[in-house]
Amino acid sequence: MSLSKIKFDKKIVLSFWIILIALIIAAPTLLPVFRLNLLGRYLSLSIVALGVDLIWGYTGLLSLGQGIFFALGGYCAAMYLQITSSSEFPNNIPEFFALYGVEKLPFFWEPFRSPIFTFLAIWIIPALVAGLIGFLVFRNRIKGVYFSILTQASLLVFFNFFNGQQKLINGTNGLKTDVTQLFGQMVGSESMQRIFFWITAILVIAAWFFAKWVVKGRFGNILIGIRDDEPRVRFTGYNPVIFKTIIFSIAGGLAGISGALYTVQSGIVSPQFMTVPFSIEMVIWVAVGGRGTLLGAILGAVFINYAKSLVSEALPASWMFIQGGLFILVVTALPEGVLGWIQGDGPRNLLQRFGLKRKIETYPSLEVNNKEGNNEK
Amino acid sequence: MELLLDSLFNGVAIGSVLLVAALGLAIVFGLMGVINLAHGELMMLGAYTTYVTQLIFKLPILKPFYNSYIIVSIFLAFIVSGVVGILLEKTIIRKLYGSPLETLLATWGVSLILQQFVRSVPLAYGTGLVISLLIGLFLPTTFPSKIKESINFKYFKFSSWIFAALTGVLTGSVISSSVSKLSRASARNVDVTAPSWMRGQVEIIGTAFPKTRLMIIVITLISVIAITLFLNQSAWGMRIRAVTQNRQMSDCLGISTEKVDIITFGIGSGLAGVAGVAVSLLGSVGPNVGGNYIVGCFMVVVLGGVGNLLGTVLASFGIGIMTDLIGAGRLLSIWPDMPLFLSNTINFFATTSMARVMIFALIVIFLQFKPTGLFPQKGRMVEN
Repeated sequence: MSLSKIKFDKKIVLSFWIILIALIIAAPTLLPVFRLNLLGRYLSLSIVALGVDLIWGYTGLLSLGQGIFFALGGYCAAMYLQITSSSEFPNNIPEFFALYGVEKLPFFWEPFRSPIFTFLAIWIIPALVAGLIGFLVFRNRIKGVYFSILTQASLLVFFNFFNGQQKLINGTNGLKTDVTQLFGQMVGSESMQRIFFWITAILVIAAWFFAKWVVKGRFGNILIGIRDDEPRVRFTGYNPVIFKTIIFSIAGGLAGISGALYTVQSGIVSPQFMTVPFSIEMVIWVAVGGRGTLLGAILGAVFINYAKSLVSEALPASWMFIQGGLFILVVTALPEGVLGWIQGDGPRNLLQRFGLKRKIETYPSLEVNNKEGNNEK
Repeated sequence: MELLLDSLFNGVAIGSVLLVAALGLAIVFGLMGVINLAHGELMMLGAYTTYVTQLIFKLPILKPFYNSYIIVSIFLAFIVSGVVGILLEKTIIRKLYGSPLETLLATWGVSLILQQFVRSVPLAYGTGLVISLLIGLFLPTTFPSKIKESINFKYFKFSSWIFAALTGVLTGSVISSSVSKLSRASARNVDVTAPSWMRGQVEIIGTAFPKTRLMIIVITLISVIAITLFLNQSAWGMRIRAVTQNRQMSDCLGISTEKVDIITFGIGSGLAGVAGVAVSLLGSVGPNVGGNYIVGCFMVVVLGGVGNLLGTVLASFGIGIMTDLIGAGRLLSIWPDMPLFLSNTINFFATTSMARVMIFALIVIFLQFKPTGLFPQKGRMVEN
């Protein structure tokens, strides 16, 4: 992928904005609450997909552990909600503690009484954890497949930890948020859900602008340089470790925000957010939408999840086949994703194949050489 | 002393399952730089092969040989997983050569499909499908070279695939009509019962060891020895080692890297099948059985380094023994009067899941000192 492809096609972006804004304005009135809630959740998932696009599409780091940061953000939000609505329970601590005979609040719950701390924690804690994991791994020049399986292993480690600690964070049952109170309102209520939808929509747009700002300019160029030829970046005098750590913790922070939004809209956060399949799914949203396009990540997350819910309602058993096929198809036949295909030469090639458009004469040896050069890498 | 022996045995038992599962993964990773996320599902196929073999051996004709089914199933599992692996290599992995991250995703897709396949297709027809794949892939290679070189070879190939498909359907329907348990699809876990000679315990130096565990250790031992001999003594083994060391140079010297890739991937997948037999002896077999072991295998590969079997062996036994030491809180019984905070920490980690947390932390610390594993490949390249 060359630099020029990263530039956004003005028309696509403009039409996307029109569709998105129309959608956001129309959705709360058009859709029934159930569907609106689903749409809100998928929009919140698109924020984590943006993060995946930043680290995978731009920097070439395939993380299979974004679920960690997603769940951490969710847990931060859920802990705040649980603790602020626990005044009627014994010892003034959340209800589930009584089940395990815990009388004193574990120390790390205390700061979550403060809303300001929580709003910061939702994105800072995942970003710090991501930065730490990233730094320890990148420092040793561990990359490629090694990095992927290490992130997957750390995902499993976090899953095991959260799953096993009943007395600290209710273990495998997770923390419920839909029956908690926020500003005197029930979080699961219709009006609150509508507000969360608005917040999500605004944050998706904000996250998109943020991600665009990140990949713009020299910082973004270095990221792309790391993706395409890391040793050369290093020899030019940049330290890839710093850049990789920064972008990985940015992606972690985005995942945290996404997780918090997803949690309040789905009504529960549990270690299930940290299962291996869920984190790999995040990658496929980006892959289908188009790597390194940002917009593709958002569209991929929303549409694939929507398709998933539709297919699972109709034919529950077939979704695994479709999803598996999607992984294979997008990797072998459509490596740049749908949006990358549209922005590239995809439609023109298709029209040419059916004889609808005249072939453009190119300098053949140049293209052939380019292809070979790419394959060797 | 007895305690130590017990702990060592448990560790070796855990480690040997890991080893036989990670062996194939490590060889393939060393050769092609590809991590096969469907490796766990190939293990699952091996475990299901054991189950199917067991049921078929309960038929009246084969009943007298029932006790030997586990031996037969080792070979069958090797073949079944190997064939599926070869198909995987021929159709997908070869296309993605040179882009390991994409291969990772594609093999994950394969693993999803395989999982759903055993849930929604009756095992009898699954067996039939594997048999037709086996015939379709290998029948054309047995033709005399005169036919192979002729222009009409593709027609021969095509007709052998038709023959294969017919045989597969026939076998599938025969099995499904004779073994009722295999004729319906089910997502439920199934159980493999060990033959009578493998039940019970053996006493060695005053300590009782379960026979199934010993059997797994024996299977692992045989696999490791066989693979070592194959890699070090046979012509193809030499070619595999050559390609592992330097692909381009081997290609220039006339080694067919394509064939080496197929053979290695087939063997690696076959070893996953053998691991599946071992796993089926430990617990019930379900579509998700592979997922429980796969991350452990990855850790073995990361820890052991690439291109050295000794690294894989040491890493898996190391992880196995550490898992047992931490997970069962054995340090506490070896050293009972340790300071309170230390014993509290050990108790905190003394569950299987928390032991994994600890082991991972230890591995990450280890990688800070030796980023390329126990036995790194020597070289002066910028990238390796």
